[in-house]
Amino acid sequence: MITTDILIIGAGPTGLFTVFEAGLLKLKCHLIDALPQPGGQCSEIYPKKPIYDIPAYPEILAGDLTDKLLEQSKQFEPGFTLGERAETIEKQSDGSFVVTTNKGTQHKATVVAIAGGLGSFEPRKPAIEHLQSFEDKGVAYIIKDPEVYRNKKVVIAGGGDSALDWAIFLSDVASEVTLIHRRNEFRGALDSVDKVQELKDKGLIKLITPAEVTAVFGETKLESIEVVKLGESAVRIQTDAFIPLFGLSPKLGPIADWGLEIEKNAIKVNNALDYQTNIPGVFAIGDVNTYPGKLKLILCGFHEATLMCQAAYKIINPGKRYVLKYTTVSGIDGFDGSRKEAPKAVVKSIE
Amino acid sequence: MTLDVHIQITDRDGIRHDVQAPTDMALNLMEVVRLFELAPEGTIGVCGGMAMCASCQCYIHSDHQLTEKLEDEDAMLSEAFNVKPTSRLGCQIQINPELEGLQIELAPED
Repeated sequence: MITTDILIIGAGPTGLFTVFEAGLLKLKCHLIDALPQPGGQCSEIYPKKPIYDIPAYPEILAGDLTDKLLEQSKQFEPGFTLGERAETIEKQSDGSFVVTTNKGTQHKATVVAIAGGLGSFEPRKPAIEHLQSFEDKGVAYIIKDPEVYRNKKVVIAGGGDSALDWAIFLSDVASEVTLIHRRNEFRGALDSVDKVQELKDKGLIKLITPAEVTAVFGETKLESIEVVKLGESAVRIQTDAFIPLFGLSPKLGPIADWGLEIEKNAIKVNNALDYQTNIPGVFAIGDVNTYPGKLKLILCGFHEATLMCQAAYKIINPGKRYVLKYTTVSGIDGFDGSRKEAPKAVVKSIE
Repeated sequence: MTLDVHIQITDRDGIRHDVQAPTDMALNLMEVVRLFELAPEGTIGVCGGMAMCASCQCYIHSDHQLTEKLEDEDAMLSEAFNVKPTSRLGCQIQINPELEGLQIELAPED
């Protein structure tokens, strides 16, 4: 069981900044995110796109913002459970919460802060009959451990970065890699496209375009797929694995069943005070919450996180008073033993 | 004086809505759908309007001359589901007076 003060669900910009604000109050944080890396939408959807409304940054790339937030919170040693989705929440008799992920990882915390954005990113599944019955029997939508494809025949479908990158990576691992896309053009980083071209010319990747996978077959596990190339008749391809990579779409998911008040796919909170939900001890901050006048902006998430941490402090330290301290005056003491402080003023007389 | 254009939007439940979209707010079609709340929050414009998801895919039913698809939109539509020859991404269509009478239908959520 992982124990922490504040359990943050969602490692996007709001969740990451919460670690910093909580750290100033000597509260420890742990984050859960369904994606394999922190940053939320900023790293998953648009890492290379600029953002213009982060205070003091006239322009910053979404990926760079993630890096800077990680750097800023590093000294407060956040824990991460990545690639797992928060599934259930249980209130304990001592007032704390236990949150369990879809993989069974358990987290115990006094305060839960949901910073889940639009929800957890779930793979978009193509509409192929019987596809779901082969899930984990040859069909996968996310590659967690490439080793399972060693010396296997693999078919990847998709035209974006992940399809290209995995085709390149697996060409070195699998016995055969086939990449299928609806068009001849790919939507990915130029060097990935060039690399796939090179591997195709060497015969290390089989490319079928413009084409679509139309059926899957097998007895107890996936054995073959049917591919239709534009203007040609269907062909069957023997394969051990079929990996459709058609991107991810956010779903509020299991959080919707936690007994929280939901309005327009967002969690209602008390914005007059502390962004607490209808369940005391459970807060919702950033894009996932709603209240009169709500704006889904990163900078609003930062503000909400800061006020939420004050309320969390009072719950975790009942009866204790708090006086606001400025980082410039007090410096920052990291949980890793580091200290940052403003240089002392020089006092020297002038003769 | 600024002009509103009439747009007919069929939502994902098949219900037709006639809306008047302002032309002076630099809106795109995805934003018009959100303005009139014709699709639940979080199911349209997920990427914010960068042609990086296909949550605002719609079918154009009238024969208006729309701006040509840029590479981004074309590539995104090649990966989307339920794509038809009339498919466009709403976020890539800017509202202007020439769109008077436009008829569109929102593609299903995938």
